Amino acid sequence: MSDLLEIFLTAGFWAATIRIACPLILGTIGELICERAGVLNLGIEGIMTIGAMSGWMWVYQGGDLWTGLMFAAFIGALFGILHSMFTVHLGLSQHVSGIGITMLASSLSFFVFRMMLPSSTTPPKIVPFKPINIPGLSDMPFLGEAIFSHTPMTYFSFAVVPVVIYVLYRTPVGLAVRMSGENPMAVEAQGINVLTIRTAAVATGSAFMAVGGAYLTMSAFDAFYFGMINGRGWICVALVIFASWRPGKALLGALLFAGLDAMQVRAQQFAGGFIPYQFFLMLPYVLSIAAMIVMARRARYPKALLIPFRRGERI
Amino acid sequence: MMVLHIKGVTKSFGSLVANDNISLTLNEGEVLALLGENGAGKTTLLNILFGHYVADEGEIDVFGTQLSPGATDAAIDAGVGMVHQHFTLADNLSVLENIVLGTEPLTSWKLDTAQAKAKLTALANEFGMHIEPDKLVADISVGERQRVEIMKALYRGARILILDEPTAVLTPQEVDNLFITLRAMVAKGLSIIFISHKLHEILAISDRVNVLRRGCMVGEIATKDADRDSLAEMMVGREVSRPEVEHMEAGAPVIELGNVIVAGGRGHKPLLNGVSITIHKHEIVGLAGVAGNGQSALGDLLSGLRTPSSGTVCIAGDTVVDYSPRAFITKGIGRIPEDRHARGVVGDMTVWENMISENLREKPLWRFGRLIDFDACREFSRNLIEQFDVRCKTMEMPAKQLSGGNMQKLILARTLQNEPRFILANQPVRGLDEGAIAAVHERLLAAKRAGAGVLLVSEDLDELFALADKIVVIYHGNVSPPLSVGDVTVQDIGIMMAGDLSHGEKFDRAGAA
Repeated sequence: MSDLLEIFLTAGFWAATIRIACPLILGTIGELICERAGVLNLGIEGIMTIGAMSGWMWVYQGGDLWTGLMFAAFIGALFGILHSMFTVHLGLSQHVSGIGITMLASSLSFFVFRMMLPSSTTPPKIVPFKPINIPGLSDMPFLGEAIFSHTPMTYFSFAVVPVVIYVLYRTPVGLAVRMSGENPMAVEAQGINVLTIRTAAVATGSAFMAVGGAYLTMSAFDAFYFGMINGRGWICVALVIFASWRPGKALLGALLFAGLDAMQVRAQQFAGGFIPYQFFLMLPYVLSIAAMIVMARRARYPKALLIPFRRGERI
Repeated sequence: MMVLHIKGVTKSFGSLVANDNISLTLNEGEVLALLGENGAGKTTLLNILFGHYVADEGEIDVFGTQLSPGATDAAIDAGVGMVHQHFTLADNLSVLENIVLGTEPLTSWKLDTAQAKAKLTALANEFGMHIEPDKLVADISVGERQRVEIMKALYRGARILILDEPTAVLTPQEVDNLFITLRAMVAKGLSIIFISHKLHEILAISDRVNVLRRGCMVGEIATKDADRDSLAEMMVGREVSRPEVEHMEAGAPVIELGNVIVAGGRGHKPLLNGVSITIHKHEIVGLAGVAGNGQSALGDLLSGLRTPSSGTVCIAGDTVVDYSPRAFITKGIGRIPEDRHARGVVGDMTVWENMISENLREKPLWRFGRLIDFDACREFSRNLIEQFDVRCKTMEMPAKQLSGGNMQKLILARTLQNEPRFILANQPVRGLDEGAIAAVHERLLAAKRAGAGVLLVSEDLDELFALADKIVVIYHGNVSPPLSVGDVTVQDIGIMMAGDLSHGEKFDRAGAA
């Protein structure tokens, strides 16, 4: 037991938690934006994959890291627009379209990767974002290593949250997005085009998801390989419900899940001898299901989530 | 001065012509009533005006300039505001948020809530409307929601206000308040289009009436030259006869609810909070109340769909132990469900299959043990279809293709052929045209003559006063004692519907047996 407690006392654990949380934060915020506008985006798993691939590929082909991120966001937005074509404009099933987008985007990522780099046995590498030491702060004991020695992209991921909170709750466009998810007819009756708002929200959310994927290849690791996203997208979908569709809680949820993940890696080291390691791999998921059960009971769904809005039809 | 001119608007949905070459004008400071039955095309016409729909033909001038079709923002900018029948509000957002949406450019980086609140308060004071900007829409009453809808239009500077069936959800007192507000608006030079099918309201508020029937404009009359009967005739297209109600001596109780409590969900108030009602033979009891006060729970209870948490239900003197629809049907309970599409019929099954569904287990419909006797079933349905005048091309067509009136006749036929001792008629004429309404009412009165007790649940007080012997008011799961129809007025019932059930105590308790 004391071994377990010791884990929490190491700065390495906290630094790992923050690193693991970043793609989850970006993915969850992206999904949250889509769902707040009334569109479930199950394309997230595939969009994160293609974000990871395209950002990495941009840099591998000689591009710069930040423009690589923008490229990943752009590709993500394209797939978001594709998803909204099906779900918002044609009013098709959001589940079916989302799963389709995931399959398309994942397969396309691997296909393009193999096509551009046919003969690589060991995964090729790029030079990823480097940790920056914040002068003064990073020299602090414990906190310096845990919080103030991360890559710029890590800080960016955390900075996204307050910006999204501000936009959603303090600007006219944020109000329109939230209203589209609650009662699209109310948006229409105030002279705003629901389809435009939803399309824009899905594109923006998908861009965030793609950047979340790119975090893995451009900041956490330096290569793209198969099975990289490994269900992170689905975790984000669950985290949105856990967070009751609120961005602040989404940040907490992502940190909680990341903390459990960082803990299980370390717990394997001291208990791996007598407990199979698969048990530890399972832990974050089991605990997040438990947390979901507790939190989701109080969750307040956007009322119009999953309901397509068709203009000019008989009401 | 003419502020609005609709010229030759035509709109079809598939093969249905909802609006056929309709023209009308609206003058400044005028209340124009648009009268018509359900499905006459009133809402379609105004949805075209407000830009929800695009007309197939015709054009609309507002303040002398042509309105671009199919754009709600264009209509709003031109000074048109609409109060929708189904409020276009988001429950989880505040009143203020609902109102300011769309008033500032979407590219703006800040929502000026302080300024918006000040403007809103000033407007509310100007028109004498009470509004709490910071409350969630989910937490305010239906009357307040309607004020928010109206405020939304005024906030955008509407000079022409369209109200689509605004009184459908209000108590009579709230209707009076609404009319005071509307008169204040007209006094300030606003023009109003008021949609309704309630004649007395139209006579009370409007200056001029346009009548729609089956998508066509069939007449226009100044309100001062009109009366109830002439308007009804214009709306329906023929003379309307009211059903003859004969008073009958009530017999033995057919159903008795004794202090019934039906629990709400976890953390909610009970849906029925100690309800006691007795309904006798030869008696129609009307249940009045604003929607959502426990009528659905009471309907479910009397259909055997819900078990009370405490209290008793007695059918013809026997206490019910088995709360299941099957047991209730066997004991002679007939049900006309609130939502005929969802609960009354199985839309994709044929008319005859729906017709036999309550008599499924009865002998003549079976042969060789447990196999359907198709000939017997069709014969059974054919008789009922004839007897109850259900108009369908063939009884093999899916029930969902029936019109509302014929679907309701199917349900009546199925229910009444079992000669129930008690009939639960939950909103039996909602959405029907006058002809079908008369047919349904006549059947209910015939059942009463034959000895059935009826509980008539309705939001339309005129219907209750026309048919019922007694009226019971339901509010937040509590019911008033039964009141004889002769003793009370619509105003009394209205006061009770708004929550003051004790108002009924000053009247004699009718049939307090």
